Amino acid sequence: MSDTRLSTRYTEYHPRWYRSRVSTWWWLTRWPYLKFILREISSVFVAWFVVVLLLQIRALSRGPDAYARFQHWLQNPLVLWLNLITLFFVVFHAITWFNLAPSAMAVRFRGKRVPDLFIVGANFAAWVAVSLVVAWFLVRR
Amino acid sequence: MAKQSNEPVLWALFSAGGVFAAFVIPVHLFLLGLAFPLGWIPAAGYESLHALARLPLTRLYLFALCFLALFHWAHRFRYTLYDGLQIKHLNELIFVCCYGGAILGTVVAGYLLWSFR
Repeated sequence: MSDTRLSTRYTEYHPRWYRSRVSTWWWLTRWPYLKFILREISSVFVAWFVVVLLLQIRALSRGPDAYARFQHWLQNPLVLWLNLITLFFVVFHAITWFNLAPSAMAVRFRGKRVPDLFIVGANFAAWVAVSLVVAWFLVRR
Repeated sequence: MAKQSNEPVLWALFSAGGVFAAFVIPVHLFLLGLAFPLGWIPAAGYESLHALARLPLTRLYLFALCFLALFHWAHRFRYTLYDGLQIKHLNELIFVCCYGGAILGTVVAGYLLWSFR
């Protein structure tokens, strides 16, 4: 906004710039825009996951009773629904993130750029591997 | 704008948090939020989870996850508010709320994990 203020200051007798007002709901008009906003909104659910994780850590630290209460809280239908929606968004985040990976990491091998598909594939493969390792730690008794 | 100079650091935190979140949060959430409470997969018992969380390496991992994921949220949410709702006149307030929230969450995570027993 500061740059428009500047430009009006320096062109005092210039007619007002024509700038059509963009609606607050611009992102509802097209699917790619909506997808963009949904991707950005996924961050809110990432933050919600951190809250759940911190509650789990606190309950673990307080003892078996507190942990049982925490597990009971997770069975609340409202929390279950929220976590289902959260899962959708964090998976959406992961998929969009990995699909963008080739733009962020231009890997070269023997002077040639590694094809995008290969980098995306490597990321998805690593995702599966990491998920299995984390799951192994959490399910092991 | 002196804040401009913070941008690369904040972006790096956003990016690192994005990678970390993409790799591990779906599996964590699927197990903790759905599979365990609904009984699809038997959850690990309190004792083994507690022993796992007591390991310094696990606590370091959990701290890094909380710290980076929160700064990922802060950065992305800040720009969502800027672009999506076009409330640029609230720049400073949004900045303080987003990164302040991330710092607060990181401090809480640090305290919980440091004093974990």
